[in-house]
Amino acid sequence: MAGVATSSRQRSKAAPYLMILPALAYLAIFFVVPFYSLARTSLSETAGSVFMPTLTFAWDFANYADAFTLYREQIFRSFGYAFAATVLCLLLAFPLAYVIAFKAGRFKNLILGLVILPFFVTFLIRTIAWKTILADEGWVVSALGAVGLLPDEGRLLSTSWAVIGGLTYNWIIFMILPLYVSLEKIDPRLLEASKDLYSSAPRSFGKVILPLAMPGVLAGSMLVFIPAVGDFINADYLGSTQTTMIGNVIQKQFLVVKDYPAAAALSLGLMLLILIGVLLYTRALGTEDLV
Amino acid sequence: MTTQAGAAIATAAQHDPEPKKVRGRTNWGDLALKMAAGLVLLYLFLPIFVIVLFSFNKPAGKFNYTWQGFTLENWLDPFKYPPLTEALKLSLNVAAVSTAVALVLGTLVAIALVRQRWRGQRAVDTFLVLPLTAPEVVMGAALLTLFLDLSWPAGYTTILLSHIAFEVSFIAMTVRARVRGFDWTLEDASLDLGAGPARTFFKVTLPLIVPGLVAAAMLSFALSLDDFIITYFVSGAEVTYPLYVNAAVKAAVPPQINVLATAILVVSLVLLAVSTLYRRKRFAG
Repeated sequence: MAGVATSSRQRSKAAPYLMILPALAYLAIFFVVPFYSLARTSLSETAGSVFMPTLTFAWDFANYADAFTLYREQIFRSFGYAFAATVLCLLLAFPLAYVIAFKAGRFKNLILGLVILPFFVTFLIRTIAWKTILADEGWVVSALGAVGLLPDEGRLLSTSWAVIGGLTYNWIIFMILPLYVSLEKIDPRLLEASKDLYSSAPRSFGKVILPLAMPGVLAGSMLVFIPAVGDFINADYLGSTQTTMIGNVIQKQFLVVKDYPAAAALSLGLMLLILIGVLLYTRALGTEDLV
Repeated sequence: MTTQAGAAIATAAQHDPEPKKVRGRTNWGDLALKMAAGLVLLYLFLPIFVIVLFSFNKPAGKFNYTWQGFTLENWLDPFKYPPLTEALKLSLNVAAVSTAVALVLGTLVAIALVRQRWRGQRAVDTFLVLPLTAPEVVMGAALLTLFLDLSWPAGYTTILLSHIAFEVSFIAMTVRARVRGFDWTLEDASLDLGAGPARTFFKVTLPLIVPGLVAAAMLSFALSLDDFIITYFVSGAEVTYPLYVNAAVKAAVPPQINVLATAILVVSLVLLAVSTLYRRKRFAG
Protein backbone atom coordinates (compact mmCIF):
# COMPACT_ATOMS: atom_id res chain seq x y z
CA MET A 1 0.00 0.00 0.00
CA ALA A 2 1.32 3.40 -0.93
CA GLY A 3 1.94 5.97 1.75
CA VAL A 4 2.90 3.60 4.55
CA ALA A 5 5.66 5.27 6.51
CA THR A 6 8.08 2.76 7.91
CA SER A 7 9.50 4.02 11.13
CA SER A 8 13.03 3.67 12.39
CA ARG A 9 11.79 2.23 15.63
CA GLN A 10 10.41 -1.27 15.44
CA ARG A 11 6.79 -0.86 16.35
CA SER A 12 5.00 -3.40 18.44
CA LYS A 13 3.82 -6.25 16.23
CA ALA A 14 0.64 -6.61 18.23
CA ALA A 15 -0.36 -2.95 18.16
CA PRO A 16 -2.21 -2.88 14.81
CA TYR A 17 -4.16 -6.00 15.71
CA LEU A 18 -5.24 -4.47 19.00
CA MET A 19 -6.26 -1.31 17.20
CA ILE A 20 -8.40 -3.06 14.58
CA LEU A 21 -9.93 -5.47 17.09
CA PRO A 22 -12.83 -3.32 18.39
CA ALA A 23 -14.00 -2.25 14.94
CA LEU A 24 -13.63 -5.72 13.43
CA ALA A 25 -15.46 -7.29 16.35
CA TYR A 26 -18.23 -4.75 15.91
CA LEU A 27 -18.50 -5.34 12.18
CA ALA A 28 -18.38 -9.08 12.73
CA ILE A 29 -21.44 -8.87 14.98
CA PHE A 30 -23.37 -6.17 13.14
CA PHE A 31 -22.32 -6.75 9.55
CA VAL A 32 -21.21 -10.38 9.08
CA VAL A 33 -23.63 -12.10 11.47
CA PRO A 34 -26.63 -10.22 10.00
CA PHE A 35 -25.76 -11.76 6.64
CA TYR A 36 -25.65 -15.16 8.28
CA SER A 37 -29.12 -14.46 9.72
CA LEU A 38 -30.26 -13.29 6.31
CA ALA A 39 -28.95 -16.45 4.63
CA ARG A 40 -30.54 -18.64 7.30
CA THR A 41 -33.86 -16.84 6.95
CA SER A 42 -33.72 -17.16 3.17
CA LEU A 43 -33.58 -20.96 3.53
CA SER A 44 -36.29 -21.23 6.18
CA GLU A 45 -39.92 -22.19 6.01
CA THR A 46 -42.64 -20.00 7.45
CA ALA A 47 -45.64 -21.02 9.49
CA GLY A 48 -48.06 -19.15 11.70
CA SER A 49 -49.93 -15.94 11.03
CA VAL A 50 -48.83 -12.74 9.32
CA PHE A 51 -48.60 -11.10 12.72
CA MET A 52 -46.41 -13.72 14.36
CA PRO A 53 -44.68 -15.71 11.62
CA THR A 54 -42.50 -18.53 12.89
CA LEU A 55 -39.42 -19.61 10.98
CA THR A 56 -37.90 -23.06 10.79
CA PHE A 57 -34.62 -23.63 9.08
CA ALA A 58 -35.05 -26.18 6.27
CA TRP A 59 -32.46 -25.71 3.47
CA ASP A 60 -35.42 -24.50 1.45
CA PHE A 61 -33.70 -23.43 -1.77
CA ALA A 62 -37.08 -23.23 -3.45
CA ASN A 63 -37.43 -19.79 -1.80
CA TYR A 64 -34.81 -18.51 -4.21
CA ALA A 65 -36.38 -20.10 -7.28
CA ASP A 66 -39.82 -18.83 -6.26
CA ALA A 67 -38.67 -15.30 -5.45
CA PHE A 68 -36.65 -14.93 -8.61
CA THR A 69 -39.43 -16.24 -10.85
CA LEU A 70 -42.16 -14.24 -9.17
CA TYR A 71 -40.25 -10.95 -9.13
CA ARG A 72 -38.23 -11.37 -12.31
CA GLU A 73 -39.88 -8.30 -13.79
CA GLN A 74 -38.87 -6.08 -10.85
CA ILE A 75 -35.31 -7.43 -10.89
CA PHE A 76 -34.87 -6.66 -14.59
CA ARG A 77 -36.50 -3.29 -14.13
CA SER A 78 -34.20 -2.39 -11.22
CA PHE A 79 -31.08 -3.24 -13.19
CA GLY A 80 -32.44 -1.39 -16.24
CA TYR A 81 -33.36 1.75 -14.29
CA ALA A 82 -30.07 1.74 -12.38
CA PHE A 83 -28.14 1.34 -15.63
CA ALA A 84 -30.07 4.17 -17.31
CA ALA A 85 -29.53 6.40 -14.27
CA THR A 86 -25.80 5.60 -14.27
CA VAL A 87 -25.46 6.54 -17.95
CA LEU A 88 -27.43 9.77 -17.40
CA CYS A 89 -25.28 10.63 -14.37
CA LEU A 90 -22.16 10.11 -16.45
CA LEU A 91 -23.43 12.32 -19.29
CA LEU A 92 -24.51 15.11 -16.93
CA ALA A 93 -21.57 14.90 -14.54
CA PHE A 94 -18.79 14.88 -17.12
CA PRO A 95 -19.07 18.47 -18.39
CA LEU A 96 -19.48 19.80 -14.86
CA ALA A 97 -16.54 17.82 -13.44
CA TYR A 98 -14.43 18.81 -16.45
CA VAL A 99 -15.18 22.50 -16.06
CA ILE A 100 -14.45 22.37 -12.31
CA ALA A 101 -11.15 20.59 -12.91
CA PHE A 102 -9.84 22.64 -15.83
CA LYS A 103 -11.81 25.83 -16.37
CA ALA A 104 -12.98 27.06 -12.99
CA GLY A 105 -9.77 28.82 -11.96
CA ARG A 106 -10.16 30.49 -8.58
CA PHE A 107 -13.86 29.57 -8.44
CA LYS A 108 -12.99 25.88 -8.16
CA ASN A 109 -13.58 25.56 -4.40
CA LEU A 110 -16.73 27.64 -4.60
CA ILE A 111 -18.27 25.49 -7.34
CA LEU A 112 -17.28 22.29 -5.51
CA GLY A 113 -19.02 23.64 -2.42
CA LEU A 114 -22.10 24.49 -4.48
CA VAL A 115 -22.16 20.99 -5.97
CA ILE A 116 -22.17 19.39 -2.52
CA LEU A 117 -24.65 21.83 -0.97
CA PRO A 118 -27.97 20.39 -2.31
CA PHE A 119 -27.08 17.09 -0.70
CA PHE A 120 -27.34 18.60 2.74
CA VAL A 121 -31.09 18.56 2.31
CA THR A 122 -32.60 15.23 3.32
CA PHE A 123 -32.83 12.77 0.45
CA LEU A 124 -36.57 12.29 1.02
CA ILE A 125 -37.33 16.00 0.93
CA ARG A 126 -35.38 16.42 -2.31
CA THR A 127 -37.46 13.65 -3.82
CA ILE A 128 -40.67 15.28 -2.60
CA ALA A 129 -39.50 18.47 -4.32
CA TRP A 130 -39.21 16.53 -7.61
CA LYS A 131 -42.75 15.33 -7.03
CA THR A 132 -43.80 18.99 -6.92
CA ILE A 133 -41.76 19.89 -10.00
CA LEU A 134 -43.05 17.00 -12.12
CA ALA A 135 -46.66 17.22 -10.91
CA ASP A 136 -49.45 17.12 -13.51
CA GLU A 137 -50.47 20.71 -12.81
CA GLY A 138 -46.83 21.86 -12.52
CA TRP A 139 -45.14 24.26 -14.92
CA VAL A 140 -42.77 21.65 -16.38
CA VAL A 141 -45.66 19.54 -17.66
CA SER A 142 -47.50 22.60 -19.04
CA ALA A 143 -44.32 23.95 -20.66
CA LEU A 144 -43.56 20.63 -22.34
CA GLY A 145 -47.21 20.36 -23.39
CA ALA A 146 -47.15 23.89 -24.85
CA VAL A 147 -44.18 23.15 -27.11
CA GLY A 148 -45.69 19.83 -28.10
CA LEU A 149 -43.12 17.58 -26.45
CA LEU A 150 -45.75 16.03 -24.27
CA PRO A 151 -49.17 14.98 -25.57
CA ASP A 152 -52.37 16.32 -24.00
CA GLU A 153 -53.11 14.44 -20.79
CA GLY A 154 -49.46 13.38 -20.89
CA ARG A 155 -47.80 12.89 -17.51
CA LEU A 156 -44.28 12.97 -16.16
CA LEU A 157 -45.04 11.82 -12.63
CA SER A 158 -45.70 8.09 -12.23
CA THR A 159 -43.67 7.22 -15.32
CA SER A 160 -40.45 5.24 -15.68
CA TRP A 161 -38.74 8.47 -16.69
CA ALA A 162 -39.66 10.17 -13.44
CA VAL A 163 -38.14 7.26 -11.47
CA ILE A 164 -34.98 7.19 -13.59
CA GLY A 165 -34.75 10.98 -13.26
CA GLY A 166 -35.07 10.74 -9.49
CA LEU A 167 -32.41 8.04 -9.28
CA THR A 168 -30.13 10.17 -11.46
CA TYR A 169 -30.62 13.26 -9.35
CA ASN A 170 -30.17 11.59 -6.00
CA TRP A 171 -26.88 9.87 -6.84
CA ILE A 172 -25.24 12.18 -9.37
CA ILE A 173 -23.00 13.54 -6.63
CA PHE A 174 -21.17 10.16 -6.49
CA MET A 175 -20.42 10.54 -10.17
CA ILE A 176 -19.35 14.18 -10.09
CA LEU A 177 -16.88 13.83 -7.22
CA PRO A 178 -14.86 10.76 -8.34
CA LEU A 179 -14.83 12.14 -11.91
CA TYR A 180 -13.56 15.45 -10.63
CA VAL A 181 -10.87 13.73 -8.54
CA SER A 182 -9.52 11.77 -11.51
CA LEU A 183 -9.74 14.71 -13.93
CA GLU A 184 -8.02 16.94 -11.40
CA LYS A 185 -5.03 14.59 -11.40
CA ILE A 186 -4.50 15.01 -15.15
CA ASP A 187 -1.48 17.16 -15.93
CA PRO A 188 -2.70 20.02 -18.17
CA ARG A 189 0.62 19.86 -19.98
CA LEU A 190 -0.54 16.58 -21.51
CA LEU A 191 -3.43 18.46 -23.12
CA GLU A 192 -1.06 21.15 -24.35
CA ALA A 193 1.23 18.49 -25.75
CA SER A 194 -1.59 16.83 -27.63
CA LYS A 195 -2.66 20.23 -28.98
CA ASP A 196 0.89 21.04 -30.04
CA LEU A 197 1.02 17.74 -31.86
CA TYR A 198 -2.02 18.85 -33.90
CA SER A 199 -4.58 16.67 -32.20
CA SER A 200 -8.12 17.98 -32.63
CA ALA A 201 -10.17 18.66 -29.50
CA PRO A 202 -12.36 15.53 -29.85
CA ARG A 203 -9.27 13.44 -30.49
CA SER A 204 -7.51 14.84 -27.40
CA PHE A 205 -10.63 14.02 -25.45
CA GLY A 206 -10.75 10.43 -26.69
CA LYS A 207 -7.03 9.73 -26.54
CA VAL A 208 -5.88 11.72 -23.49
CA ILE A 209 -8.68 12.78 -21.18
CA LEU A 210 -10.99 9.78 -21.33
CA PRO A 211 -8.36 7.09 -20.67
CA LEU A 212 -6.96 9.08 -17.73
CA ALA A 213 -10.46 9.72 -16.35
CA MET A 214 -11.36 6.03 -16.52
CA PRO A 215 -10.77 5.27 -12.79
CA GLY A 216 -13.21 8.07 -11.97
CA VAL A 217 -15.73 6.85 -14.54
CA LEU A 218 -15.62 3.31 -13.13
CA ALA A 219 -15.68 4.35 -9.47
CA GLY A 220 -18.52 6.81 -10.13
CA SER A 221 -20.51 4.24 -12.09
CA MET A 222 -20.27 1.75 -9.27
CA LEU A 223 -21.11 4.33 -6.61
CA VAL A 224 -24.23 5.35 -8.55
CA PHE A 225 -25.32 1.91 -9.68
CA ILE A 226 -25.22 0.14 -6.30
CA PRO A 227 -27.48 2.47 -4.31
CA ALA A 228 -29.71 3.04 -7.34
CA VAL A 229 -30.37 -0.65 -7.93
CA GLY A 230 -31.52 -1.18 -4.33
CA ASP A 231 -33.49 2.03 -3.95
CA PHE A 232 -37.23 2.06 -3.34
CA ILE A 233 -37.93 5.69 -2.47
CA ASN A 234 -37.82 7.08 -6.00
CA ALA A 235 -40.06 4.34 -7.34
CA ASP A 236 -42.39 4.89 -4.38
CA TYR A 237 -42.63 8.70 -4.58
CA LEU A 238 -42.20 9.35 -8.29
CA GLY A 239 -43.41 6.11 -9.88
CA SER A 240 -46.53 4.01 -9.99
CA THR A 241 -47.43 0.35 -9.51
CA GLN A 242 -45.97 -0.17 -13.00
CA THR A 243 -42.51 1.00 -11.94
CA THR A 244 -41.86 -0.98 -8.75
CA MET A 245 -38.27 -2.03 -8.20
CA ILE A 246 -36.65 -4.87 -6.30
CA GLY A 247 -36.17 -2.59 -3.27
CA ASN A 248 -39.93 -1.99 -3.11
CA VAL A 249 -40.53 -5.74 -3.11
CA ILE A 250 -37.94 -6.43 -0.39
CA GLN A 251 -39.29 -3.62 1.75
CA LYS A 252 -42.90 -4.71 1.35
CA GLN A 253 -42.21 -8.43 1.87
CA PHE A 254 -40.23 -7.70 5.02
CA LEU A 255 -42.29 -4.99 6.66
CA VAL A 256 -45.83 -5.43 5.35
CA VAL A 257 -46.41 -8.97 4.09
CA LYS A 258 -43.80 -10.40 6.48
CA ASP A 259 -42.81 -13.16 4.09
CA TYR A 260 -39.31 -13.15 5.55
CA PRO A 261 -37.80 -16.07 3.58
CA ALA A 262 -38.77 -14.66 0.17
CA ALA A 263 -37.57 -11.16 1.12
CA ALA A 264 -34.32 -12.55 2.51
CA ALA A 265 -33.72 -14.61 -0.65
CA LEU A 266 -34.23 -11.51 -2.79
CA SER A 267 -31.92 -9.38 -0.63
CA LEU A 268 -29.17 -11.94 -0.61
CA GLY A 269 -29.51 -12.60 -4.33
CA LEU A 270 -29.19 -8.87 -5.02
CA MET A 271 -26.18 -8.61 -2.74
CA LEU A 272 -24.44 -11.56 -4.39
CA LEU A 273 -24.92 -10.07 -7.86
CA ILE A 274 -23.42 -6.80 -6.66
CA LEU A 275 -20.62 -8.48 -4.72
CA ILE A 276 -19.41 -10.30 -7.82
CA GLY A 277 -19.17 -6.97 -9.59
CA VAL A 278 -17.35 -5.29 -6.71
CA LEU A 279 -14.80 -8.08 -6.31
CA LEU A 280 -14.02 -8.00 -10.02
CA TYR A 281 -13.65 -4.24 -9.74
CA THR A 282 -11.36 -4.12 -6.68
CA ARG A 283 -9.24 -6.91 -8.11
CA ALA A 284 -8.73 -4.83 -11.24
CA LEU A 285 -8.31 -1.37 -9.70
CA GLY A 286 -7.83 -1.62 -5.92
CA THR A 287 -9.84 0.17 -3.25
CA GLU A 288 -7.92 3.46 -3.34
CA ASP A 289 -10.05 5.18 -5.97
CA LEU A 290 -13.29 3.87 -4.57
CA VAL A 291 -13.56 6.06 -1.51
CA MET B 1 -27.04 11.53 1.38
CA THR B 2 -26.11 7.89 1.70
CA THR B 3 -22.94 6.16 2.80
CA GLN B 4 -21.35 6.17 -0.62
CA ALA B 5 -21.98 9.89 -1.07
CA GLY B 6 -20.21 10.75 2.11
CA ALA B 7 -17.18 8.74 1.12
CA ALA B 8 -17.04 10.45 -2.26
CA ILE B 9 -17.35 13.87 -0.66
CA ALA B 10 -14.57 13.03 1.73
CA THR B 11 -12.28 12.05 -1.14
CA ALA B 12 -13.01 15.17 -3.13
CA ALA B 13 -12.54 17.38 -0.09
CA GLN B 14 -9.02 16.16 0.57
CA HIS B 15 -7.77 17.38 -2.79
CA ASP B 16 -6.62 20.93 -2.25
CA PRO B 17 -7.17 22.21 -5.71
CA GLU B 18 -4.82 24.74 -7.23
CA PRO B 19 -5.72 26.56 -10.40
CA LYS B 20 -4.51 24.92 -13.57
CA LYS B 21 -4.48 26.77 -16.82
CA VAL B 22 -4.79 25.19 -20.21
CA ARG B 23 -3.30 27.40 -22.89
CA GLY B 24 -5.51 28.56 -25.72
CA ARG B 25 -8.00 31.22 -26.77
CA THR B 26 -11.60 31.25 -25.65
CA ASN B 27 -13.51 29.33 -28.26
CA TRP B 28 -17.06 28.27 -28.86
CA GLY B 29 -16.46 24.73 -27.65
CA ASP B 30 -15.22 26.13 -24.38
CA LEU B 31 -18.26 28.32 -24.03
CA ALA B 32 -20.65 25.46 -24.80
CA LEU B 33 -18.91 23.32 -22.19
CA LYS B 34 -19.22 26.02 -19.55
CA MET B 35 -22.87 26.52 -20.38
CA ALA B 36 -23.52 22.78 -20.11
CA ALA B 37 -21.80 22.78 -16.71
CA GLY B 38 -23.88 25.77 -15.65
CA LEU B 39 -27.09 24.03 -16.66
CA VAL B 40 -26.13 20.90 -14.70
CA LEU B 41 -25.43 23.07 -11.66
CA LEU B 42 -28.83 24.70 -12.11
CA TYR B 43 -30.41 21.24 -12.31
CA LEU B 44 -28.75 20.31 -9.00
CA PHE B 45 -30.31 23.37 -7.39
CA LEU B 46 -33.79 23.18 -8.93
CA PRO B 47 -35.35 21.05 -6.12
CA ILE B 48 -33.56 23.18 -3.53
CA PHE B 49 -35.21 26.33 -4.89
CA VAL B 50 -38.56 24.55 -4.74
CA ILE B 51 -37.97 23.46 -1.14
CA VAL B 52 -37.02 26.97 -0.01
CA LEU B 53 -39.87 28.56 -1.98
CA PHE B 54 -42.47 26.16 -0.59
CA SER B 55 -41.36 26.88 2.97
CA PHE B 56 -43.13 30.22 2.38
CA ASN B 57 -46.23 28.60 0.89
CA LYS B 58 -49.67 28.82 2.41
CA PRO B 59 -50.97 25.33 1.60
CA ALA B 60 -54.69 24.97 1.10
CA GLY B 61 -55.07 21.31 2.06
CA LYS B 62 -52.96 18.73 3.80
CA PHE B 63 -50.29 18.70 1.10
CA ASN B 64 -47.73 21.30 0.22
CA TYR B 65 -47.39 20.49 -3.48
CA THR B 66 -49.02 23.46 -5.23
CA TRP B 67 -48.27 27.13 -4.73
CA GLN B 68 -51.10 28.95 -2.96
CA GLY B 69 -49.64 32.20 -1.70
CA PHE B 70 -46.81 33.76 0.25
CA THR B 71 -46.75 33.62 4.04
CA LEU B 72 -44.23 33.91 6.85
CA GLU B 73 -46.43 31.89 9.21
CA ASN B 74 -44.45 28.64 8.79
CA TRP B 75 -41.18 30.34 9.60
CA LEU B 76 -42.67 32.06 12.65
CA ASP B 77 -43.83 28.72 13.99
CA PRO B 78 -41.25 26.12 12.90
CA PHE B 79 -41.98 23.81 15.85
CA LYS B 80 -45.74 23.81 15.38
CA TYR B 81 -45.89 20.03 15.05
CA PRO B 82 -44.48 18.38 18.18
CA PRO B 83 -44.07 14.95 16.49
CA LEU B 84 -41.86 16.54 13.82
CA THR B 85 -39.77 18.29 16.47
CA GLU B 86 -39.50 15.08 18.50
CA ALA B 87 -38.42 13.17 15.40
CA LEU B 88 -35.72 15.73 14.67
CA LYS B 89 -34.50 15.54 18.28
CA LEU B 90 -34.31 11.75 18.10
CA SER B 91 -32.35 11.94 14.86
CA LEU B 92 -29.88 14.44 16.30
CA ASN B 93 -29.46 12.22 19.36
CA VAL B 94 -28.85 9.07 17.28
CA ALA B 95 -26.46 10.94 14.98
CA ALA B 96 -24.40 12.32 17.88
CA VAL B 97 -24.16 9.10 19.91
CA SER B 98 -23.52 6.77 16.95
CA THR B 99 -20.91 9.12 15.46
CA ALA B 100 -19.05 9.31 18.78
CA VAL B 101 -18.79 5.51 19.02
CA ALA B 102 -18.01 4.98 15.33
CA LEU B 103 -15.34 7.69 15.44
CA VAL B 104 -13.36 5.81 18.09
CA LEU B 105 -13.66 2.43 16.32
CA GLY B 106 -13.02 3.80 12.83
CA THR B 107 -10.08 6.03 13.74
CA LEU B 108 -8.19 3.19 15.44
CA VAL B 109 -8.52 1.06 12.28
CA ALA B 110 -7.51 3.96 10.03
CA ILE B 111 -4.34 4.64 12.02
CA ALA B 112 -3.45 0.94 12.14
CA LEU B 113 -3.87 0.77 8.36
CA VAL B 114 -1.52 3.61 7.50
CA ARG B 115 1.05 3.56 10.30
CA GLN B 116 2.84 0.32 9.58
CA ARG B 117 2.68 -2.85 7.53
CA TRP B 118 1.23 -6.00 9.00
CA ARG B 119 -0.05 -9.34 7.84
CA GLY B 120 -3.65 -9.36 6.70
CA GLN B 121 -3.72 -5.62 6.03
CA ARG B 122 -5.08 -5.97 2.49
CA ALA B 123 -7.80 -8.34 3.64
CA VAL B 124 -8.91 -5.89 6.35
CA ASP B 125 -8.81 -3.12 3.78
CA THR B 126 -11.15 -5.01 1.44
CA PHE B 127 -13.38 -6.08 4.33
CA LEU B 128 -13.86 -2.46 5.37
CA VAL B 129 -15.12 -1.53 1.90
CA LEU B 130 -17.80 -4.23 1.94
CA PRO B 131 -20.33 -2.40 4.17
CA LEU B 132 -20.06 0.55 1.78
CA THR B 133 -20.93 -1.66 -1.19
CA ALA B 134 -24.02 -3.25 0.32
CA PRO B 135 -27.18 -1.50 -0.90
CA GLU B 136 -28.95 -0.01 2.08
CA VAL B 137 -32.03 -2.13 1.55
CA VAL B 138 -29.91 -5.29 1.88
CA MET B 139 -28.07 -3.97 4.93
CA GLY B 140 -31.38 -3.02 6.56
CA ALA B 141 -32.86 -6.42 5.74
CA ALA B 142 -29.83 -8.25 7.13
CA LEU B 143 -29.87 -6.26 10.38
CA LEU B 144 -33.60 -6.86 10.73
CA THR B 145 -33.18 -10.64 10.41
CA LEU B 146 -30.41 -10.51 13.04
CA PHE B 147 -32.62 -8.63 15.50
CA LEU B 148 -35.50 -11.02 14.74
CA ASP B 149 -33.22 -14.02 15.35
CA LEU B 150 -32.08 -12.53 18.63
CA SER B 151 -35.68 -11.51 19.47
CA TRP B 152 -34.46 -8.00 20.21
CA PRO B 153 -37.32 -5.52 20.05
CA ALA B 154 -36.69 -2.88 17.40
CA GLY B 155 -36.25 0.61 18.85
CA TYR B 156 -33.69 3.18 19.89
CA THR B 157 -30.94 0.63 20.60
CA THR B 158 -31.32 -1.21 17.30
CA ILE B 159 -31.30 2.10 15.38
CA LEU B 160 -28.13 3.15 17.20
CA LEU B 161 -26.36 -0.19 16.63
CA SER B 162 -27.27 -0.15 12.93
CA HIS B 163 -26.07 3.41 12.42
CA ILE B 164 -22.73 2.62 14.06
CA ALA B 165 -22.41 -0.38 11.73
CA PHE B 166 -22.57 1.70 8.56
CA GLU B 167 -20.57 4.60 9.98
CA VAL B 168 -17.48 2.65 11.11
CA SER B 169 -16.26 1.75 7.62
CA PHE B 170 -17.03 5.16 6.33
CA ILE B 171 -15.10 6.91 9.11
CA ALA B 172 -12.18 4.49 8.77
CA MET B 173 -11.95 5.21 5.03
CA THR B 174 -12.23 8.98 5.43
CA VAL B 175 -9.67 9.20 8.24
CA ARG B 176 -7.34 6.84 6.38
CA ALA B 177 -7.43 9.10 3.33
CA ARG B 178 -6.71 12.12 5.51
CA VAL B 179 -3.80 10.73 7.54
CA ARG B 180 -2.06 8.97 4.66
CA GLY B 181 0.58 11.68 4.27
CA PHE B 182 1.23 11.93 8.00
CA ASP B 183 4.86 11.55 9.09
CA TRP B 184 4.72 8.88 11.78
CA THR B 185 8.40 9.32 12.67
CA LEU B 186 7.25 12.42 14.59
CA GLU B 187 5.92 10.02 17.19
CA ASP B 188 9.32 8.38 17.42
CA ALA B 189 10.93 11.79 17.83
CA SER B 190 8.56 12.54 20.69
CA LEU B 191 9.27 9.20 22.35
CA ASP B 192 13.02 9.68 21.88
CA LEU B 193 12.78 13.04 23.56
CA GLY B 194 11.36 11.41 26.64
CA ALA B 195 7.60 11.89 26.27
CA GLY B 196 5.56 8.88 27.33
CA PRO B 197 3.20 7.11 24.89
CA ALA B 198 0.13 8.84 26.32
CA ARG B 199 1.76 12.27 26.19
CA THR B 200 2.94 11.56 22.64
CA PHE B 201 -0.57 10.63 21.57
CA PHE B 202 -2.21 13.71 23.05
CA LYS B 203 0.52 16.22 22.19
CA VAL B 204 1.73 14.96 18.80
CA THR B 205 -0.59 12.47 17.12
CA LEU B 206 -3.98 13.87 18.05
CA PRO B 207 -3.41 17.52 17.03
CA LEU B 208 -2.17 16.34 13.64
CA ILE B 209 -5.08 14.03 12.88
CA VAL B 210 -7.83 16.22 14.37
CA PRO B 211 -8.81 17.98 11.09
CA GLY B 212 -9.36 14.56 9.49
CA LEU B 213 -11.40 13.41 12.48
CA VAL B 214 -13.58 16.52 12.41
CA ALA B 215 -14.30 16.06 8.70
CA ALA B 216 -15.11 12.37 9.17
CA ALA B 217 -17.34 13.09 12.18
CA MET B 218 -19.27 15.81 10.37
CA LEU B 219 -19.96 13.61 7.37
CA SER B 220 -20.86 10.64 9.56
CA PHE B 221 -23.28 12.85 11.48
CA ALA B 222 -24.87 13.99 8.21
CA LEU B 223 -25.19 10.39 6.98
CA SER B 224 -26.87 9.30 10.18
CA LEU B 225 -29.24 12.27 10.19
CA ASP B 226 -30.26 11.53 6.60
CA ASP B 227 -30.50 7.76 6.77
CA PHE B 228 -33.93 6.49 5.91
CA ILE B 229 -33.71 3.03 4.38
CA ILE B 230 -31.70 1.16 7.04
CA THR B 231 -33.52 2.96 9.85
CA TYR B 232 -36.87 2.07 8.30
CA PHE B 233 -36.10 -1.63 8.76
CA VAL B 234 -34.87 -1.50 12.37
CA SER B 235 -36.83 1.36 13.93
CA GLY B 236 -39.86 -0.42 15.38
CA ALA B 237 -42.15 2.26 16.77
CA GLU B 238 -39.45 4.95 16.98
CA VAL B 239 -39.78 7.79 14.46
CA THR B 240 -36.66 9.57 13.26
CA TYR B 241 -36.74 12.74 11.17
CA PRO B 242 -36.59 10.97 7.74
CA LEU B 243 -39.18 8.46 8.96
CA TYR B 244 -41.49 11.31 9.94
CA VAL B 245 -41.06 12.85 6.50
CA ASN B 246 -41.87 9.54 4.83
CA ALA B 247 -45.02 9.10 6.88
CA ALA B 248 -45.99 12.68 6.05
CA VAL B 249 -45.80 12.02 2.31
CA LYS B 250 -48.54 9.44 2.71
CA ALA B 251 -50.76 11.49 5.02
CA ALA B 252 -50.08 15.23 5.21
CA VAL B 253 -47.02 17.33 4.39
CA PRO B 254 -46.82 20.40 6.65
CA PRO B 255 -44.70 23.28 5.26
CA GLN B 256 -42.70 23.12 8.50
CA ILE B 257 -40.84 20.20 6.89
CA ASN B 258 -39.54 22.66 4.30
CA VAL B 259 -38.77 25.24 6.98
CA LEU B 260 -36.62 22.82 8.97
CA ALA B 261 -34.93 21.48 5.81
CA THR B 262 -34.07 25.04 4.77
CA ALA B 263 -32.81 25.80 8.26
CA ILE B 264 -30.56 22.71 8.21
CA LEU B 265 -29.27 23.79 4.80
CA VAL B 266 -28.42 27.27 6.09
CA VAL B 267 -26.65 25.85 9.15
CA SER B 268 -24.62 23.50 6.90
CA LEU B 269 -23.77 26.42 4.65
CA VAL B 270 -22.52 28.46 7.60
CA LEU B 271 -20.46 25.53 8.93
CA LEU B 272 -18.98 24.98 5.47
CA ALA B 273 -18.10 28.66 5.12
CA VAL B 274 -16.59 28.85 8.61
CA SER B 275 -14.45 25.73 8.10
CA THR B 276 -13.26 27.01 4.69
CA LEU B 277 -12.33 30.39 6.12
CA TYR B 278 -10.64 28.75 9.10
CA ARG B 279 -8.56 26.53 6.82
CA ARG B 280 -7.64 29.41 4.57
CA LYS B 281 -6.54 31.45 7.59
CA ARG B 282 -4.47 28.62 8.97
CA PHE B 283 -2.70 28.03 5.69
CA ALA B 284 -2.16 31.73 5.10
CA GLY B 285 -0.77 32.32 8.60
